[in-house]
Amino acid sequence: MKPETLFDKIWDSHVVRSIEGGPDVLYIDQHFIHEVTSPQAFDGLRARGIDVFRPSMTLATADHNIPTVNQNMPIRDELSRRQVETLTRNCNEFGITCYGLNDPHNGIVHVIGPELGYTLPGMTIVCGDSHTSTHGAFGTVAFGIGTSEVEMVLATQCILQPKPKKMRIRVEGELGRGITAKDLILYIISQLSTSGATGYFVEYAGSAVESLSMEGRMTVCNMSIEMGARGGLIAPDDTTFEYLRKIPALSNRPDFYALVKKWSRLRSDPDAVFDRELTFDAGKIKPMITYGTNPGMGISIDESIPALEEISDETKASFIKSLNYMGFTPGMKLAGQPVDYVFLGSCTNGRIEDLRAFAGFVRGRKKAPGVTVLIVPGSKKVEKQAIDEGLADILKDAGFVLRQPGCSSCLAMNEDKIPPGKYAVSTSNRNFEGRQGPGARTLLASPLTAAAAAVTGRITDPGELMQD
Amino acid sequence: MPKEKFDILESTCIPLPIENIDTDQIIPARFLSLTSREGFGEYLFRDWRFDKSGNKIEDCVFNNPRYSGRILVTGKNFGSGSSREHAVWAIAGYGFRAVVSSFFADIFRNNCLNNGILPVVVKEDYLQNLLKTIRDNPSTMARIDLDKQLFTVLPDGEGISFEINPYKKECLLNGLDDIDYLLSIQDAIKAYELRKTLGK
Repeated sequence: MKPETLFDKIWDSHVVRSIEGGPDVLYIDQHFIHEVTSPQAFDGLRARGIDVFRPSMTLATADHNIPTVNQNMPIRDELSRRQVETLTRNCNEFGITCYGLNDPHNGIVHVIGPELGYTLPGMTIVCGDSHTSTHGAFGTVAFGIGTSEVEMVLATQCILQPKPKKMRIRVEGELGRGITAKDLILYIISQLSTSGATGYFVEYAGSAVESLSMEGRMTVCNMSIEMGARGGLIAPDDTTFEYLRKIPALSNRPDFYALVKKWSRLRSDPDAVFDRELTFDAGKIKPMITYGTNPGMGISIDESIPALEEISDETKASFIKSLNYMGFTPGMKLAGQPVDYVFLGSCTNGRIEDLRAFAGFVRGRKKAPGVTVLIVPGSKKVEKQAIDEGLADILKDAGFVLRQPGCSSCLAMNEDKIPPGKYAVSTSNRNFEGRQGPGARTLLASPLTAAAAAVTGRITDPGELMQD
Repeated sequence: MPKEKFDILESTCIPLPIENIDTDQIIPARFLSLTSREGFGEYLFRDWRFDKSGNKIEDCVFNNPRYSGRILVTGKNFGSGSSREHAVWAIAGYGFRAVVSSFFADIFRNNCLNNGILPVVVKEDYLQNLLKTIRDNPSTMARIDLDKQLFTVLPDGEGISFEINPYKKECLLNGLDDIDYLLSIQDAIKAYELRKTLGK
């Protein structure tokens, strides 16, 4: 048999049929929906007079638009409230399970899918959200789709999709102390640029990737889209199975160990051919931070922003526009620059491990005066765990507040906006102009770098403050 | 459900020579709360077109009366970032029917094709010349012939060919809809499900 990549194995086994000269009809095992990108799809079903084909294979949550304080109160913004209510109404009408606001299972779609055991190795998973690639951490083919495609999945459990090319990115060696999965992926994106993996599906491999926890792997796969990749995945291994075993809904299944055996076979064959292969040295990765307005514009904290001479001619205009927006100049150093806001959260870094890292760092320290800090758990479960583990108390003692779950300031659809011109060190995934609010200036970084900024009020290498 | 067909488009163009324009620029998140497909056109590039107080930003190309048209010509890697189809609804709502660039982000390109907007990929040097031509002469007309897969600067430019997936080309030319197609093969989908349940 021809050697195959893990991606080929999963994709090919889900092709219902291939259209001559066209896309594949791909069967979807798990569909997630949220309030922002689904209402028009349900309207489409109504206009066609059809039902949801397989309602049990779609799961809904409200996350993008919801407040992160006083969630028991009605949502104040009328449009947001209407959108969240529309989701509940649509789910009731079409028989879809919805973990709405205040449900103990509510949370960011890419946090709850894995933690509740909906995300399983070997699946195809889609959602009207580009960070669906997160689920690839479990060895799934998971990717974001548009609303027309959401409607396709609701109507037929399939989408039409051209098969992407394959890329393997190996990161070999050990990550240094205080270097996180976030630094690893920001480093890769800075090397490939914001479009360097467009048209590809990425498999992450190598010893540094294998050594990551599931939370870390989710952070890595999550940001695949930020270099343009259709998605990213990591072959499931004992770390994966151990994570899944701790989910009662799964370990209680009588066939759980049979499934583990099946999942163990989900890996690329030794001689499988990728369209592109890259290898990076984990030892070279330092704490990363972005300086511009796309996630590819990243440097290590001790580096300087590139000088104008280092930028190619056709990119110069965009580079200058970007630095003007950020209020930075070519060649300048970021370390020591003052910070106004810190955001810990999002589907990239809103999991319990991220809260533990942040809380561990700020324990015994105090929030810097003048810095506003938003700490937003990724789900109700993460919130509860943070309280039960005492993280909320540690945060409180250091002058921070744990908010309620949601996408929050990552895209600032709710009230959690960064004001114009203010600098925010954010653990989220995008530093686009206005992403965190009109005029907001975002610097993407790891939870540790966010914690270092929160206690110093400046861009700081977290390693400088870590005890041995 | 039948959609508007796309065959030949002749129009002036609007030049936007910026690279890596993400969908957050095309339609900022705070305008995503609408639950219909209509009404997004007025929010297209909202924060590039208007300042905080809602005044027009004069040097924005969309506010320059010299430029108009149904073809948007833009720098490479257009439509990166969020999967929001609202970005395409905004582009369509504003009146565009085609976007020309040297490179499109994947999800955005799919979203365009699903909404009757044609993404036309041209080579980088051709794009740079095209942007210059339009800026030098805003009344420059371009012609897009989908059937022949040709992009031509009128009146006498050399037609250059562009790629499009044959299935998607058929859909656009005839106003066909993917969901109608998928619904028509539902028996095959059910057969697939059965095979899967039985372990193939």
